[in-house]
Amino acid sequence: MKELFPIKQVMGFAFSLVLTVVALLVYFTDMSYTVGMTVLLVTAFVQAGLQVVVFMHAGETKDKGSIYLNIYYALLIALVTIFGTLLVLVWDM
Amino acid sequence: MDFFDRFAVPHPSFLIYASMVGIGLTMLAIVVGITYFKKWGYLWREWITTVDHKRIGIMYLLSALLMLFRGGVDGIMMRYQLSMPENTFLDSQHYNEVFTTHGVVMILFMAMPFIIFFFNYLVPLQIGARDVAFPRLNALSFWLFFMGMGLFNISFIVGGSPDAGWTSYFPLAGNEFSTSVGTNYYMIAIQIAGIGTLMTGINFITTILKMRAPGMTLMKMPMFTWSAFIANVIIVFAFPVLTVLLAMGTMDRLFGTNFFTTDNGGMDMLWANLFWVWGHPEVYILILPAFGLYSEIIPTFARRNLYGYTSMVASMVIISLLSFFVWAHHFFTMGQGPLANSIFSISTMAIAVPTGVKIFNWLFTLWKGKIEFTTPMLYSVLFIPLFTLGGVTGVMLAMSAADYQYHNTMFLVAHFHNVIIPGVVYAMLAGLTFYWPKIFGFMLNERLGKWTAWTLSIGFVLAFIPMYITGLDGQARRMYTYSESTGFSLLNMVSFVGAAIMAIAFVLLVYNIYYSIRYSPRNIGSDPWDARSLEWATHTPVPEYNFAITPQVASTQAFWDSKKNGHELFKGDIEKIHMPNNSGLPFIMSCIFFVFGFAMIFSIWPLAIITLIGILACMTYRSFEKDHGRYISVEEIKETEKRLRGAKNEGR
Repeated sequence: MKELFPIKQVMGFAFSLVLTVVALLVYFTDMSYTVGMTVLLVTAFVQAGLQVVVFMHAGETKDKGSIYLNIYYALLIALVTIFGTLLVLVWDM
Repeated sequence: MDFFDRFAVPHPSFLIYASMVGIGLTMLAIVVGITYFKKWGYLWREWITTVDHKRIGIMYLLSALLMLFRGGVDGIMMRYQLSMPENTFLDSQHYNEVFTTHGVVMILFMAMPFIIFFFNYLVPLQIGARDVAFPRLNALSFWLFFMGMGLFNISFIVGGSPDAGWTSYFPLAGNEFSTSVGTNYYMIAIQIAGIGTLMTGINFITTILKMRAPGMTLMKMPMFTWSAFIANVIIVFAFPVLTVLLAMGTMDRLFGTNFFTTDNGGMDMLWANLFWVWGHPEVYILILPAFGLYSEIIPTFARRNLYGYTSMVASMVIISLLSFFVWAHHFFTMGQGPLANSIFSISTMAIAVPTGVKIFNWLFTLWKGKIEFTTPMLYSVLFIPLFTLGGVTGVMLAMSAADYQYHNTMFLVAHFHNVIIPGVVYAMLAGLTFYWPKIFGFMLNERLGKWTAWTLSIGFVLAFIPMYITGLDGQARRMYTYSESTGFSLLNMVSFVGAAIMAIAFVLLVYNIYYSIRYSPRNIGSDPWDARSLEWATHTPVPEYNFAITPQVASTQAFWDSKKNGHELFKGDIEKIHMPNNSGLPFIMSCIFFVFGFAMIFSIWPLAIITLIGILACMTYRSFEKDHGRYISVEEIKETEKRLRGAKNEGR
């Protein structure tokens, strides 16, 4: 019975609910802009990671390597795009 | 505006009316012709519903050639308009529409389907697979692309063409400055075709990663398959940006959002920025498969191994990454400071390094080779110096300080034609000539082929080299006329003559196809060029299951080894083969997409909602459909193999 119970998924679900509640706090409590954005960014990335690993089973097959490589590549390109855009349109305008 | 007014062409001219009549008559002739020869059933069964990668490939090829003609006519019209000062052949609005559609058609509806034709036809054959990973999705990709293309091409007779440039920069492309529905066509037609392309990307990545023949590790794949793999990776990472961008642009134009407006918190420069986040990788999506084709052709006719396989792969991987790091070099003059410009300037120059590695690899492959100057080889050899010239002017443009001089001039126009034509178009024509016997079972005439290559090259040099000079002298691009005192007229006339010679080259190409269909010998065997990779190991014409027995691979050129070094390709017995069933659903769904797109363009909301429900219904139907494919029996395979090994293929 113990092997059948998806303890990892249940824990993951609980944790993702906690993350959602923390993110919601930004709206319902009176935080400064910096603190609020930091909380949102951190919870968003942890949430995304959680979804990919726990619920989309990223690390559970023998394709593990290529799946993570793909995710890191996508992350790199997304970050380059975002920071490049900020550099061009905001920081160095 | 009155409802029906929107469908009228905003500034009609004789040319447009003539095209309307021409298009009407052609459509009628096609319908009557198909009915007269009773070909509707054949078309439906063999082509419209097909999921065979080879047939889908051929349909991509036909679309690409058609669009090459259309984009070419646009090009000639522009060159003629500029050949004389104060020319009145086109008015400014019409000229704007012509250069916009020329750009969109050539990049998205000519070059893209041409490379996807090669992906479709070659990749499964080169890796020894039966078909692509998702054949039904592949059909949907094609039909979405086709409908997007159709939608874009009716724009100039229904409602007016887009006129804000192929880059469609806001605020010019916004409702305030582009009042006709033209830019709606741009947003929606490209969206539909782009979704198809994104699916192609996913499909081919899966195919290449999952369906390679036994023994073919990643580093034993033929170079074209490698280039296709990298190009599709770029597609999957770059096209979502375009999808989002076009959706935002659509919302700005149709629903009054403020993403790219100049007030209410919008930022018009964000369009240019995101456009090139997609647009620069797009350039590499086009050029890498072209490089892949050269890497197949050059070793075949130099009779040598491809020099530096690993460095070829490494340089493509580096290009795929760097291609996402350089986009801001398209708008150095937009107003950002020297820091941003320097960063993008340096990353742009860095891309020249892996490209240079590839050029040297081809040169080393040629070195000490027994070079045979067939038509594909002639294109490849012409490509190297002409493309390098374009690359060098590219490095000139990459210097952000100097770019203030070149920006938005004909120098830039000369540069990108100089890389795209010898890079992509030559590769497409070389590849077409090279693979023609595999696809259709006869060779294109070599003599006419060489004439085409030389005519095209002479025309190309005459058409585009003068633009470097007039560009440096200050001729702006997209300028519909100029006064005589500018002194641009002579060089522009030379340019027009060059364009006309390129048109002659196109006529020669078409004549060559006609001539070869009539007179070319059919008993050429399955390997007429004495080639090296797996696609030549099967019969010509290729049976629908590609290989009766899955080939065993032990090196990068398995077929060459089987011919010269006693490698055994086909081990084991024939077994029954599992194949996918044909389906009409992709075509029907794409037709609904076409109507949906049309309704969106003209803001006919009830129709848009109904067709959207139709699209969702098609997807739902597909989700619940049970289709396990079919089997080709051993007897049937044996019979086909016997027939194909007959008199026609004594070479094997």
